[in-house]
Amino acid sequence: MNAPASVSRGAGKGWLAAHRWLILRRLSQLTVLALFVSGPWFGLWIAKGNLASSLTLGVLPLTDPYLFLQSLAAGFLPGASALLGAAIVVAFYAAFGGRLYCAWVCPVNPLTDAAAWLRRRLGLKSGRAPAAATRYWVLAGSLLAAALSGTLVWEWVNPVSIVQRSLIFGLSGSLAVVLALFAYDLLVASRGWCGHLCPMGAFYGLLGQASLVRVSAAARGRCDDCLDCFAVCPEPQVIRPALKRAGQDSPLILDRDCTACGRCIDVCDKDVFRFTHRFDQRSDS
Amino acid sequence: MARKPTAQPPETAGASPASAARRKFLNGIAAAAGGGVLLTAASWLAVRPASANPALALRPPGALGEAAFLSACVRCGLCVRDCPYDTLKLAPQGDGVAPGTPFFTARDVPCEMCDDIPCVKACPTGALNPKLTDIQQAEMGLAVLSDHESCLNFLGLRCDVCYRVCPVIDKAITLEKLHNPRSDRHALLLPTVHSEHCTGCGKCEKACVLPEAAIKVMPVKLARGALPEHYRKGWEEKEKHGGSLIGEQLELPVRGLEDKAYGDVRVAAPPLDAPSAPSGMNSRWQP
Repeated sequence: MNAPASVSRGAGKGWLAAHRWLILRRLSQLTVLALFVSGPWFGLWIAKGNLASSLTLGVLPLTDPYLFLQSLAAGFLPGASALLGAAIVVAFYAAFGGRLYCAWVCPVNPLTDAAAWLRRRLGLKSGRAPAAATRYWVLAGSLLAAALSGTLVWEWVNPVSIVQRSLIFGLSGSLAVVLALFAYDLLVASRGWCGHLCPMGAFYGLLGQASLVRVSAAARGRCDDCLDCFAVCPEPQVIRPALKRAGQDSPLILDRDCTACGRCIDVCDKDVFRFTHRFDQRSDS
Repeated sequence: MARKPTAQPPETAGASPASAARRKFLNGIAAAAGGGVLLTAASWLAVRPASANPALALRPPGALGEAAFLSACVRCGLCVRDCPYDTLKLAPQGDGVAPGTPFFTARDVPCEMCDDIPCVKACPTGALNPKLTDIQQAEMGLAVLSDHESCLNFLGLRCDVCYRVCPVIDKAITLEKLHNPRSDRHALLLPTVHSEHCTGCGKCEKACVLPEAAIKVMPVKLARGALPEHYRKGWEEKEKHGGSLIGEQLELPVRGLEDKAYGDVRVAAPPLDAPSAPSGMNSRWQP
């Protein structure tokens, strides 16, 4: 986006109101990690395992369906517990919003958000982002590679897995991955990882195509074209159809790439956006 | 993918001729496909050397064979969390072991062989085979007395520590008595591992008193040799058959040593304490 880096973002409504969803999101991301590390750190066991597969309070199994799928592609049918866990996760994200995972759970998100923030602040325009559809090819490629090699190839390099596992299990050696990811997003491609390459985001996006939780540009009549939402949105291409009626009349952001992070709601001085469900077609214009 | 990739911004389609828009669209697809393929291919190339070699790390009990294990393990660490002795660890990045998979280092913390095998119960996928219910049947690795030059028992001492700590003592490790040809009057009690009973728990390696263990637990694939399939052991066949398969053998004396106990098998050997035995020289050791 070529929007000028606005310094008075959301200033009209006070700092707290302009950061509400951001704070809630950071709390959500921290809570997820805290549920996992409270056991090893304080002996308070809530969730065991990590985001790949876990057991919460000894009863609730959860398994990442993308990992499940890779395992299937590699020619192994995971056991009943993993199957049930994957089914629960699939049901949740399909119903509520695929990329809620990206914005509210994934621990890579704060990292790439920080890189994007710094890039905006420094006014960096360097580098070139790959096509946004590259992630679907990486997704297909990771499954194909698993099928051809009979092992979870992508999990050797998957930064999302590496980062969440390293945080939860206190593993060393992943600092290089974190730095590389940060440098890539900062210097080479704006929103490069989460917005263009990550096959996990692509997977969850596909999963949540018909999900309920949506952002609506319900008060789009109030939009004064300040471009703050485009500047802050991790997937700016999703806003236009809803806000500017480009190819659709509905005020709902229905693109599967929307992560439902709520930053557009935060930064908009005119309170154009709000969270709602996919059947809410109310609009002021 | 299910849907067409994100639609091109309409302004480019409207401002330029249709063919230019189509070319740009196709270029976009090609770039995305090329990037995606490149990224996955590169990751595969990075992985190949690591997965081609047998991992030196020991896997938890019940782990499928390395190739199957790497297709089944989702690297969740539930087995690690449920290991009561902190034996199991998740592999960090770039350590030779597939990153995020569980392993243990026998010399640091060996497997205590819990009766209820909590690590196997914790595994959600079956990468640790739930059919393993008797820990004695585990094959985490195989102990190998790899350094005959340093092993104290091979040097003629009675260390025996690996033998004593073995949870499957007298089955997985036995002490085989041999003549010590150096002193010619002592025994060597050689720790000997039997693959049929060794679970690869690693207690022997952990307990070895040397600064660097002379007995090491290795992945079974690395440790074991294999006889050709057509080989038969004569003594086993003989036992199965209830007698020699080729009948009684003709026994002949060594030429020139007829009627001597040490050259003619037809002559009974004199008792061990016979005064005629040459002192200090002949301990009747037979290889």
